[in-house]
Amino acid sequence: MCLAIPGRLLEIMKENGLLMGRLDYSGTTHTACLEYVPEAQVGQYVVVHAGFGISVIDEDEAAKTLAIWQEYSESLERGELDTPQTDAEPEQ
Amino acid sequence: MPVTDTEVLPGVEPDVTEGVNTAMKPEDISCPLPIGEHDTVQLSHGSGGRMTQDLVSRLFLWAFDNHHLNRRDDAALLDVARGKLAFSTDTFVVDPIFFPGGSIGDLAVNGTVNDLCCHGGIPRYLSAGFVLEEGLLLTELKSVVVAMKRAAEAARVSIVCGDTKVVNRGKGDKIFVNTSGLATIEHPYRIGADQLRPGDRILINGTIGDHGVAILSCRQGLSFQTPIESDTAPLCDLVQAVLSQVGEGLHAMRDATRGGVAATLNELAASSDVGIQLQSDALPVAPAVRGACELLGLDPLYVANEGKMLFVVTPEVAAIALNALRAHPQGVNAAIIGEVVAESSGMVSVRMPLGTSRIVDMPVGEQLPRIC
Amino acid sequence: MKYLEEFRDPELAQSILNRIQKTVTRPWTIMEVCGGQTHSIVRNGIDQLLPEQVELIHGPGCPVCVTGLETIDRAIHIAGQSNVMFTSFGDMLRVPGSESDLFRTRSSGADVRIVYSPLDAVQLARENPDRQVVFFAVGFETTAPNAAMAVWKAKQEGLHNFSLLVSHVLVPPAIEALVSDEDNRIQAFLLAGHVCAVAGFQEYEALAERYEVPMVVTGFEPVDILEGILEAGILIESGAAAVTNRYARVVRREGNPRARQLLAEVFEVCDRQWRGIGVIPQSGYRLRPEFRSYDAEQLFAVDTLTARESSLCISGQILQGKKKPPECPAFGRECTPQKPLGATMVSSEGACTAYYAGHRYRSIARS
Repeated sequence: MCLAIPGRLLEIMKENGLLMGRLDYSGTTHTACLEYVPEAQVGQYVVVHAGFGISVIDEDEAAKTLAIWQEYSESLERGELDTPQTDAEPEQ
Repeated sequence: MPVTDTEVLPGVEPDVTEGVNTAMKPEDISCPLPIGEHDTVQLSHGSGGRMTQDLVSRLFLWAFDNHHLNRRDDAALLDVARGKLAFSTDTFVVDPIFFPGGSIGDLAVNGTVNDLCCHGGIPRYLSAGFVLEEGLLLTELKSVVVAMKRAAEAARVSIVCGDTKVVNRGKGDKIFVNTSGLATIEHPYRIGADQLRPGDRILINGTIGDHGVAILSCRQGLSFQTPIESDTAPLCDLVQAVLSQVGEGLHAMRDATRGGVAATLNELAASSDVGIQLQSDALPVAPAVRGACELLGLDPLYVANEGKMLFVVTPEVAAIALNALRAHPQGVNAAIIGEVVAESSGMVSVRMPLGTSRIVDMPVGEQLPRIC
Repeated sequence: MKYLEEFRDPELAQSILNRIQKTVTRPWTIMEVCGGQTHSIVRNGIDQLLPEQVELIHGPGCPVCVTGLETIDRAIHIAGQSNVMFTSFGDMLRVPGSESDLFRTRSSGADVRIVYSPLDAVQLARENPDRQVVFFAVGFETTAPNAAMAVWKAKQEGLHNFSLLVSHVLVPPAIEALVSDEDNRIQAFLLAGHVCAVAGFQEYEALAERYEVPMVVTGFEPVDILEGILEAGILIESGAAAVTNRYARVVRREGNPRARQLLAEVFEVCDRQWRGIGVIPQSGYRLRPEFRSYDAEQLFAVDTLTARESSLCISGQILQGKKKPPECPAFGRECTPQKPLGATMVSSEGACTAYYAGHRYRSIARS
């Protein structure tokens, strides 16, 4: 459940006393409530569910995940057996 | 300004249409609709008396102007060459009646024109039947009719007969339009839904889901804005362009409308008792349509189209067909999206990026936006 | 689309599959809780790509599927009242009640409208002061804060023609109900990423420790799901009953504090009936006393309705992962997406719909 899609925040405004934002999804835009993510800034990516922003994407974490698997993929292609380990440490 | 043999009543001012989503040229504003006494459709407009005659003369005859219609006979007498005729009908009930990129008027003409093209026919004549709801604004009716006039001109068809009825307020959703049409078949090929053969390639002339997203953007409660417009268009020229290049290599055509490409391909697969395998990566989807679909949880394969034709051709002519499509203004985003297979007959499946396949079933009713 | 399409990259997905292949030495039985994850798994054929030893069980994380039958009947009853404008997410419209569904209720003339956000329903209430606007508040912890904001705003503005029909449910009690069952086979859970984005994942740590079952916060795209499966497998292999986060770009351990705060102001925890499963204690939300005048169940007389489930439907066992859809005698026969008997065949992410869309049902239909 919980279909939620990252959109790029284009502008921030107030509507009926609530903090709202206009987000871009490849050319289609949508207005969502930002009261739960007031720290979101224009240009950032916000995950929106049922008309509300619920989280601002941590771009560093995203890049980290992609980089790990990109590197692994390249190692596989080169036929290397030593592969980077995923982080299996429990988060504190 | 087209010449008709109906007189303009004295004292009728030029009509200017405001606030409706059709492109109006200056010459249109002198259409002699009666204003002043009524600005909405009345029950008597449909009763066959004076008001009906006024409406027919001043609006329909003025807009569709041709010698068949102007004779005001009970039936149009048409000269057609010997050979086969294609005959089709469709009824249009879209809500809202005006939407980004067009109106019910455009759909009414293009929809039947495109159905007629599916066997390689050249559309010639349409009829137009109207059921109007009492209280419909005459300016809105006029915009719809002008849209039909424009669409008919673009498709080079004449609207040669018609009918108008009016129902009580609340008994009809503003306007329903039925169009039936005749096309001449001037080629010797067998083109039909039962002609798909394993190995055939499936092509489409452009991006999918545009019309459905444009309509959804008008719905209250969904709060999204999109630059996407309906793709409603007459595809007869496009069809002839492909047919002239590939001839007997063209096995089937069908325009994808309600239920999206998924519904249409399921119909074709069932008619020919073959399987269809699509490639998910090959489906052309405009970025803003993709964005709207992701947002609302919709699958573009199931979203409505109004200006898209699916072509099923032999593998030998697939590249020629693709080039013919791409060379045409209505086919610049054309793509080969799949092929016909012998196994899994009657079923449509799509190969996903990870290499697995999933079944694309016939849609169950209208696709609804979801949050889950 | 950024931060979406990169996580669908087939090469990256293949890398993770490769790693899973190298890691697995024994059977892994993993449940993905969230219906959105089920949808993604079946749509992308992920379960077909996994090694044989990895079994995915589809869990009850579909709020559409688990909304109580009597709640659906209440919704239909309220929607049928004249002067009511009944608003709902699109998901709920085709869910079968005892006799009908909201879609058919609309066809009979009721004013039933689809909205995308609960705030759209509040706007409708502002624009239609002479109508009673009811919003069908379903969903997990992800969606409840949105309904909370809607009713909070309605109260703040003094709107008296707005109410909620509440049926929110909570994930942790459902997980506890599953792991504490004596027949439980589940060795690890993929936690619902967006639920955790709001509620955080602290409260799963005690569950993981008590029942010695690892849990991995997981996203929805193929790369995310495969990462979750790999992590769950590593934890199963090592015997570590930890809670880890594989959706760190969206989820933080404490979740979204503002959302949680308003949630606590507006709702309180209560027992909730899960369709096909039964009552799970302390697994739902209801409006706090200060907001009871916005409770549609109080405003409309709905107590006399009796709910009747199809005798053929085994949705409950499907939701608990005890049976798979093809094991249901009605699957693909009396029960199809066109004529669903239960919610798991209606919801686009219900396990039965998911199976129906896959290859499996074809062989059942022929046998």
